[in-house]
Amino acid sequence: MNTVSVNVEEKLFQNRYKVDHGRPHIQIKDADVCRNACKSQSCTFVCPAACYKAEGNGGVTLITDGCLECGSCRIICSEHENVAWEYPRGGHGILFKFG
Amino acid sequence: MNERFDVIVVGAGPAGNAAAYTAAKGGLRVLQIERGETPGSKNVQGAILYSDALEQIIPDFREDAPLERHIIEQRMWVLDDESFVGTHFRSNDYNKPPYNRYTIIRAQFDRWFSSKVREAGALVICETTVEQLLMDGKRVVGVRCDRIGGDVFADVVILADGVNSTLARKAGFHEELVPSNVALAVKEILFLPEETIQSRFNIKEDEGVVIEMVGKVTEGMVGTGFLYTNRDSLTIGVGCMLGDFKDNPKRTPPYHLLERLKQHPAIAPLIAGGEMKEYAAHLIPEGGYNAIPQVYGHGWMIVGDSGGFVNSVHREGSNLAMTTGRIAAETVIAAKAAGKPCDAPTLRAYKAALNDSFVMKDLHKYRDMPDVFHQNKQFFTTYPELVNRAASTMLTVDGIDKKTKEREIFSSFKRSRSLTGLVGDAYKLWRALR
Repeated sequence: MNTVSVNVEEKLFQNRYKVDHGRPHIQIKDADVCRNACKSQSCTFVCPAACYKAEGNGGVTLITDGCLECGSCRIICSEHENVAWEYPRGGHGILFKFG
Repeated sequence: MNERFDVIVVGAGPAGNAAAYTAAKGGLRVLQIERGETPGSKNVQGAILYSDALEQIIPDFREDAPLERHIIEQRMWVLDDESFVGTHFRSNDYNKPPYNRYTIIRAQFDRWFSSKVREAGALVICETTVEQLLMDGKRVVGVRCDRIGGDVFADVVILADGVNSTLARKAGFHEELVPSNVALAVKEILFLPEETIQSRFNIKEDEGVVIEMVGKVTEGMVGTGFLYTNRDSLTIGVGCMLGDFKDNPKRTPPYHLLERLKQHPAIAPLIAGGEMKEYAAHLIPEGGYNAIPQVYGHGWMIVGDSGGFVNSVHREGSNLAMTTGRIAAETVIAAKAAGKPCDAPTLRAYKAALNDSFVMKDLHKYRDMPDVFHQNKQFFTTYPELVNRAASTMLTVDGIDKKTKEREIFSSFKRSRSLTGLVGDAYKLWRALR
């Protein structure tokens, strides 16, 4: 039961998005905090769209294109409050066909 | 837009639509602002619609609302890795109109509800994100939208902006959500022919089944799984407390739990061949009674998920959303009729009416439940395993006499939880549920 292989990108590929190019609605405030101060980097596995990636150099990178706008990353970053989180501009971001 | 409104409603989910509809029907000048391309395009729910809350707003909603199937059977499954122990409740009474609950697809339902809001006379503007509340001292006087010249003013702003409650938080009306008070759920919609769904779930046209699940699939985290039948699709999902996801030493992503649920031997045959057409995630405020923030002030009220109005024990949310939205609008209508300003002393009537309604009564009844579950993970780990093992021991015919089997089952419970632990668990549950 424990060997589950799942490609979240394939799931996200089914979704409809209107990406606001060049204007990510969520940003990491200070990359050094992720790299040096945050031990758990829980955003890298809790984010349901896998927007946060743990990098080889110990840092965390964020690409918001597949974001489902749930808000988890902002709330779990409670120790460092290092996530600047806004909704996308009107009409942009995820467009649920079914919801 | 230099116009001034009686009410601005932010958000077009069940709470916002209920508020905007009720206010417009009551003769108020209403502006509703929605960030999605259409109402519903940002909204996620399981989704079960409870008829009563909507009936109080639109009594004849069944005539044209997009409803999937009315529910005639509720299944509760306690899952182990290879098995489940379940109770099913199916009643032909649920087949007699007016039906009590339906599965819905929110993108369609919300668009329908919004069309009713427009018909009632409200001005609905989509593709517009409200960036912040406009304040005059401690009083909310309007909102700033992400459009040029996007300041609009009203006597009162009803915040129906969803679980993240961004606007009230930015204005300092309440604190950030804490991970232990909010659940993260992920789900997929899987399309199958109507006839396939009907034969797999033993239902006829228009009839539906819901399955709620607890057990090992959540890896000891406080959470549940669900499977709902729509007309020609199934919705399957799993949700756990966000704090548990964060602290899970296995660092399991939510979509892994979902995949495991889909592969469970009891579930896989039900969803086999389903064509996945959307993957969604959403937060559910599950802090209950003790986590409800201040929900009114000078010129503002909070309704729906934004105010934490969810009864997680009964999986109810959209009905609380619609009820809080309706009552908020009724509060404004009454204030206007009495010639009173929409300040905090006037809007206090909103909270008072909620206290008198099922909304706060139910939340109060289960006020200890979130803590009990949080501190007693055995309800989601040990017990599902024990119950499944007990059923397997008792039902496997292998030459061992039943008395010996009974003793073995009882000692397995005692080994895992001890006698005082078992009694204590029963007592904790009884106290939290009574």
